[in-house]
Amino acid sequence: MKNTINICLGLLAIGFVSCEPEFDNPVNEEGFYDSGSADFSNYVAVGNSLTAGFADGALYITGQENSYPNIMAGQFEFAGGGEFTQPLVNDNLGGLLLNGTQIADNRFVLSVGPDGNRAPVLLDGEPTTEVTNGPTGPFNNMGIPGAKSFHLLAAGYGNAAGILSGAANPYYARIATSTSATVLADAASQSPSFFSLWIGNNDILSYATSGGAGVDQTGEFDPTTYGPNDITDPNVFASVYSEEVNALAAGASGGVLINIPDITSIPYFTTVPTQAIPLDAATAAAVNAQFAQYNTQVLPLLVGAGIITQEEAAARMINFSAGQNFPILTDDDLTDVTQILIAQGIPDETAALLGQLRQANNNDLIVLPASSVLGTLADPNNPLSVIGVAVPLSDNFVLTSVEQGRVATASAAYNATIQGIATANDLAFVDARAALRQVAQGGVSYNGGVLTSAFATGGAFSLDGVHPTPRGYAYTANIIIDAINAKYNATIPKVEIGNYATITLANNAPTQ
Amino acid sequence: MKKLVLLAVFALATVVTYAGGYRVSLQGQKALAMGHAGVAVVNSAESVFFNPAGLVYLENKLSISAGVSGVFSTVAYQNETFGTYAETDNPVSTPLYFYASYQATDWLALGLGVYTPYGSTVEYEDDWAGSHLVNNIDLQAIFIQGTVSVKVNDKFSVGGGPIYVTGAVNFNRNLSRSLTDLEGNRSEVTIDATGVTNWGWTAGFMFNPTDNLRIGANYRSEIILEAEEGDADFQNVPNSPLTPFVDTQFDAALPLPAELTVGLSYEFCEKWMFAFDYNRAFWDVYESLSIDFANPQVPDSENLRNYKNSSSYRFGLEYKATDMFTLRAGYYFDETPVRDGYFAPETPRNDSNGYTAGLTVNVGEHFEIDASFLYLHFKEVDASYDFYFDQGVQAPFRGTYKSSAFVPGLGVSYKL
Repeated sequence: MKNTINICLGLLAIGFVSCEPEFDNPVNEEGFYDSGSADFSNYVAVGNSLTAGFADGALYITGQENSYPNIMAGQFEFAGGGEFTQPLVNDNLGGLLLNGTQIADNRFVLSVGPDGNRAPVLLDGEPTTEVTNGPTGPFNNMGIPGAKSFHLLAAGYGNAAGILSGAANPYYARIATSTSATVLADAASQSPSFFSLWIGNNDILSYATSGGAGVDQTGEFDPTTYGPNDITDPNVFASVYSEEVNALAAGASGGVLINIPDITSIPYFTTVPTQAIPLDAATAAAVNAQFAQYNTQVLPLLVGAGIITQEEAAARMINFSAGQNFPILTDDDLTDVTQILIAQGIPDETAALLGQLRQANNNDLIVLPASSVLGTLADPNNPLSVIGVAVPLSDNFVLTSVEQGRVATASAAYNATIQGIATANDLAFVDARAALRQVAQGGVSYNGGVLTSAFATGGAFSLDGVHPTPRGYAYTANIIIDAINAKYNATIPKVEIGNYATITLANNAPTQ
Repeated sequence: MKKLVLLAVFALATVVTYAGGYRVSLQGQKALAMGHAGVAVVNSAESVFFNPAGLVYLENKLSISAGVSGVFSTVAYQNETFGTYAETDNPVSTPLYFYASYQATDWLALGLGVYTPYGSTVEYEDDWAGSHLVNNIDLQAIFIQGTVSVKVNDKFSVGGGPIYVTGAVNFNRNLSRSLTDLEGNRSEVTIDATGVTNWGWTAGFMFNPTDNLRIGANYRSEIILEAEEGDADFQNVPNSPLTPFVDTQFDAALPLPAELTVGLSYEFCEKWMFAFDYNRAFWDVYESLSIDFANPQVPDSENLRNYKNSSSYRFGLEYKATDMFTLRAGYYFDETPVRDGYFAPETPRNDSNGYTAGLTVNVGEHFEIDASFLYLHFKEVDASYDFYFDQGVQAPFRGTYKSSAFVPGLGVSYKL
C-alpha cells in the first residue's frame, strides 16, 4: 500500500515537472542562437579604458560589469560563449592606491547643490583598490585604461616601480603576470578563440583632452621618446597594430577590430560653449579700451615689421561687445612676440600677456574642465583678473582648429590602417566613428528614449565627458555584435539598451 | 483534527491563483470536475457559492462541503530579440472553501460560505527583464458569505446574502528599468496592505420547469478593495534630491469585479447529468492600478489596465456509475479580460482552456470524498504592455508568454 502511494506520488510529480510550460522555440535551448563560423568559447578583449569599462573618470565594479566586452560575453553565452573573467577592482568608489597613497581620483557622481544646481562631484570615500595587491588572472578582459597602441607591446608597462615616473600603468601593474610582461603577451597567451581589439584612441585623445599641450610626433618613429600627451606617429601605430592583430588572430576563429571615433564630438569638447563670457555694454567698452592700443598700434606694427602676417593680426584682434563673448586665450601656434614687445619697451608682464594672445572663435573647442575656470578670478584679490576677459585662458583648456587638424589627420591615418588590417586578415570591422557620429548628430532611438551625446542628460556619456555610460557601452556592444553577426553568419542577440543605467545620481553625505 | 484545523488556517493564509485576470475559479470540487459549472446544479452545499437559490432543494437537513486545491502554476517569458528568459517560481497556493447549508423549514434554508474567488501569486526572479513592472505579487481575498435560500414553490426558488471580504496585497517591483544605488543594486519598492475589508452581496434564482431540467442564474456584486495607509517601502534608492523616494504610506483601490452566471443542468438516462454555465465577469471596472503615495514628494504610480468584460463557457458531465462512485468531466473556455497592448506580467492571462475531471466516492452514509483535477492550458502568445513610461517616453515591454496550471483538489461532503 505504501509503495503504491509512493509510486502514485512519483508519477504525479513527474507529471507536473514534464508539463511545465515550454515554448515552441525556447531561446534558452541550444541551437536557437548560432555562433556561425566563430567560436566564442574563449573570448579575449584587448584595449584601453573603453574596453575596461572605465566611466565617470574612474574604474569601479559596476562600470566594469557594464563594459562592452562583458555585455557581449553575456550574449555570446547564448551561442557557445564561455566564462568571461574581468579584473574587478575592490569597490564602487574607483580610486586607486599605490602603496597606500591615492594616485587616482574616485568616480564622479551627479550631485545637486543647495541652490538646485546639478554638477559632477567626486564621490567621497576611501578607495580600497591597491595597485600592488591586484588579483591573479588570466583575465578575458585585457582593457588597460590609459594604454596607447604601442603600450600593449611595452615590457615593463606593468612594473609598479615605474608608475610614478609614468613608465608603467597602474591598471596593468595590478594584473600583469610579471614586471616585464606585456599586455599583448598576457592576452595572447590565453589562446583566444575569438578576440576584439579597440586601441589607438589614447594615441590622440590625451593630446586633445590636454588642449593640444603635447607634441604631434608624426615623423618620430621611436615611441619611447614620446610624452604622455603626444600624438603617435601613424607609421608607429600601423606597425604595432599589425603586430597586435597577428598575435591575437593566431589560432583564433575570428575577431573584431574597432576604429577610432571622432573625439571632438564627445561632450568633453562640446559642452562648454565658445562664447562663454557674458558682459554688459559698459564692461565690454571698458575691456575694449584696455586692448585698444594692442589692436590699433601693436598689431599693425608687428605686421609692418614682417613679424606676423596680416591674417594673423586679424586673428589676434580683441573685441568684446554686450552679450555673450569669446574668451581671450593663449594659443601656442601663434607667433610668440613676447621678446619683441619687451624689446619695444613694453613691460614684461604685459608683453607675456600679449605674447600669444587671441580671442577664441567658433572653430575652437573649449574642454569640459574649463567650465570651472572661465569667468573666475586668476587672482582672488584682484577683481580685474577675470579669466577669459583680462587673463587669457591657458592653452591646455582649448583645442584650436590647428590642433583639431592634427588630431583628425592622425586618426584618419589610424583608421585607414585598422580597416586595411581588418580586410587583409578577414576580420569583422566596426566603424565606431560612424556610430558615434550618429549619437552626436541627432541621436539614436531605442525603446523608451533617444541616446545622444549631450553632457549628463544625453544618456550616452558618463560624467567625465569622455567615457560612455553603461547605456553607451550597451549601444557599443550592440554595434559590435551586429558586425560579428554579419561577418561570421552568427545570430547573437543584442541587448535592450534602455535597461542599462546612465549617469549615477548621488549627493555626498554632508560633512559634520 | 487539530492538525486539520492548522492546515486549514495555513491554506487560507496562502490563498490563491488562476483564471481570467486574478479570478480563481476553484470554488468546489464537484463543480470544478464539471468545468466549474454549477449555477443550475443541486447536489451539495457548494450551491452556497454557485447559486444560493439551489440550497433549499437539498434533501438533507444539514449539508457541509469543504475542500482544498493545490495550484501548481508556472508562467514562462522570453524575448527572442534579446535572448531574455524568465520563469516564475510561484509557491504552490492552496485555495480553500467551506460551505454549510441548514434546512430550517420546508421552504427556507440558511447557509454560510467561506471561499477565495480572487487572488494571485506570481513570483519572478528578482531583477528579471520585466522587473520594472513586477518582481512579485501576492494578492489575497477571503469571502465570507451569509446565505438565505427561499423556496417559492417546487419550480422556483430565490437565494442570496451579504458578503464580507477581507483582503491583503503585497507587491514588489523595481522603480525603473535602470535606476540603482551606488553599489549597482536596483532601486525597488514594496507595497503592503493587509486587513483591507469591504462588503458585497450575491443573489440568484432557480427555475425547475421539469423534473429533469433546472435553470439557474446568480449575480455576485462588485467589491472594491480600497487599501488605505498601506506601507510603501523603498529600497536601494540613491541619495539624491532627484530620486525623492522615501518610505511612506499609500492608498490604492483594487476592484473585484461583479460576475453574472446563467446556466442549466439536465438529467438524462437516469445516471447522467449535463451542466452548462455562462459567466460574464465585469472586468471593465479595472481601468488602472493607481498607487497614491502619501508623501507628496514621492511621485504617484499610475498603471493602465483598461480591462474589458469577459466571458467563460463551462460544460460538465456527471455519471453515477455505482452507488459508490460518481464520475465527472468537464471543459471550459475562459476568455481573457486583458486587451492587446495591456498584457502586464503580474497577471499574464490570455485566453485559456480548462480540462477537468473528478469523482466522488461515497464513504458510509454521511460522508463523500470529492476529488478533482484541472489542467489549465494557455496558448503561447506574443504580447506587450505598451503603457510603461520611462521618464515620459513610452517604453513597451514585449515578449512571448506561455503559462499552464495543474490543480489537483480534494474535498469532503457531509450530509445529515
